[in-house]
Amino acid sequence: MRGRPAFVIGCVLAGLILAMAAVSLVWLPYDPSDTTGGRLAPPGGGHLLGTDKLGRDLLTQLMVGARIALTVGIGSVLLGAVLGVTAGLLAGFASDWLDDALSAALDILIAFPTLLLAMLVVAAREASLGSAVLAIGLAMSAIVARLTRVLVKRVLAQDYITAARTSGTSWPRVVIEHVLPNIWPTLLVNLSLQLGLAVLAEASLSYLGLGPPPPNASWGRLLQEAQATVLTAPLGAVAPGVLLVVLVVGVNLLADGFRDLADPTRRRSR
Amino acid sequence: MTLLDVAGLSVRRADGRDLVRDLSFTLGPGERLGLIGESGSGKSLTALAVMGLLPAGMTAHGSVRLAGTQVVGARDKELDRVRGRTVGVVFQEPLTALDPLMRVGRQIAGPLGRRRGLRGAPLRAAVAAALDEVRLPESLARAYPHEISGGQRQRVAIAMALACEPEVLIADEPTTALDVTVQAEVLSLLDRLVAERDMALLFISHDLAVVADVADRVIVLKDGSGVESGRTRDIVREPRHPYTRALVDSARALEGALDRLAP
Ligand SMILES: Nc1ncnc2c1ncn2[C@@H]1O[C@H](COP(=O)(O)OP(=O)(O)OP(=O)(O)O)[C@@H](O)[C@H]1O
Ligand SMILES: [Mg+2]
Repeated sequence: MRGRPAFVIGCVLAGLILAMAAVSLVWLPYDPSDTTGGRLAPPGGGHLLGTDKLGRDLLTQLMVGARIALTVGIGSVLLGAVLGVTAGLLAGFASDWLDDALSAALDILIAFPTLLLAMLVVAAREASLGSAVLAIGLAMSAIVARLTRVLVKRVLAQDYITAARTSGTSWPRVVIEHVLPNIWPTLLVNLSLQLGLAVLAEASLSYLGLGPPPPNASWGRLLQEAQATVLTAPLGAVAPGVLLVVLVVGVNLLADGFRDLADPTRRRSR
Repeated sequence: MTLLDVAGLSVRRADGRDLVRDLSFTLGPGERLGLIGESGSGKSLTALAVMGLLPAGMTAHGSVRLAGTQVVGARDKELDRVRGRTVGVVFQEPLTALDPLMRVGRQIAGPLGRRRGLRGAPLRAAVAAALDEVRLPESLARAYPHEISGGQRQRVAIAMALACEPEVLIADEPTTALDVTVQAEVLSLLDRLVAERDMALLFISHDLAVVADVADRVIVLKDGSGVESGRTRDIVREPRHPYTRALVDSARALEGALDRLAP
């Protein structure tokens, strides 16, 4: 890890949010729906970061929000990765019509705005965390699938695949030994990028009022709730925004670090 | 006995155009055949067709028999038994022919382990022996392809191709990407290994001087068709086809230029 400041910073930033979420599972300063704090109390005193316009403790809300952000991020990335990588591998190896059909389906899905997809899902179900994960994960799977397909095609065109085949390596072995190891570093980096984007997407959904309401609200919803009082109590809007940035930047730095570890041509010998 | 019997081989693109047209040749144990032609004449496609590994969209027609097994139209499963064991290939570009993310030793161990059923310490010893045979130190097994030189990479590729002790070796411009001194080293290495194991060699090149050095017989390929074939010596002395004559003349001109500089 020495000599990799970006990776270390990524660990610290992402770890901070992870710690907040973990602690929120066992301990919170106040009950999330406790409104006894007085409206818009300033930071300090009984409330480290003050309270919101209904008197709920801001730190409590932020900790719950961290849990929600990670749930959405990890949940939709899992969904998007499983669907997307499977479809991408299929399209990558398929020839002719199956590849064409899958590619066309992906293009349509990608052209479909995530927000519109999310609204449809929310309309069909309800404004809940599950709906957000479903909508964001579906939208993500199309992007992941297209990337996976391109990566597979590119690796398959390489001489070392032909070389492996000339030595009598069977297709399944070629996939396990050469194709997957050569695509996963890029995929991993992209998936972590997607994790950050998923958290942001959920924040936008919530900001539009499509996410679950307080007391168990995401950072996006907190931002929306605080926007009316941004001049009198700026911390209510600034704090969730800062945490969003911390998580997204942290995850991206981590992703770069992982790629460096996985790719020997990037690993500088020292 | 013929190890490789190619008869009336054509390689057809999806649009119906023939990239290789009606090519025939045979190769027996210990024989060395050169396949010479300009860039794009279909040399690599011929090699791939022999392995049954044409790019998607291309089809082979005619007959290719590898140690008795018909390759044209055969299923992958049957061919996997022939590939590596009967025939090995060394490619033109040594950097791209090795998996960038896999240590050199593991790449050699792959075919070795599968074909000979070795694991653990015996496998490591076999990898070391394979490296030694291409004159590379055992320590190289731990290196990644980008950490070694072009000549070393091509030696690794040769070790991989020979790992399963094939009876036929196809070398597709194995020295084109290397500088001249390394080229000579790799050629003499190939020469020695092929002689030691009494392998049949199909040597592909666009360089007449190199082919003349390595091959006993030669086929001249132009735009996918064999325009002339015969003993290398005869063809260099008395080229009949205009294209062959041009090849010989340009090779001579180069030699003449050198001779004038250093009489
Ligand atoms: N994957 C492919 N898809 C379509 N056309 C191809 C493909 N590979 C080769 N060709 C075409 O087939 C012809 C013969 O190509 P081939 O690679 O056999 O040439 P070559 O004689 O090996 O040339 P070089 O000396 O440059 O390696 C070329 O005209 C090329 O454009
Ligand atoms: Mg070629």
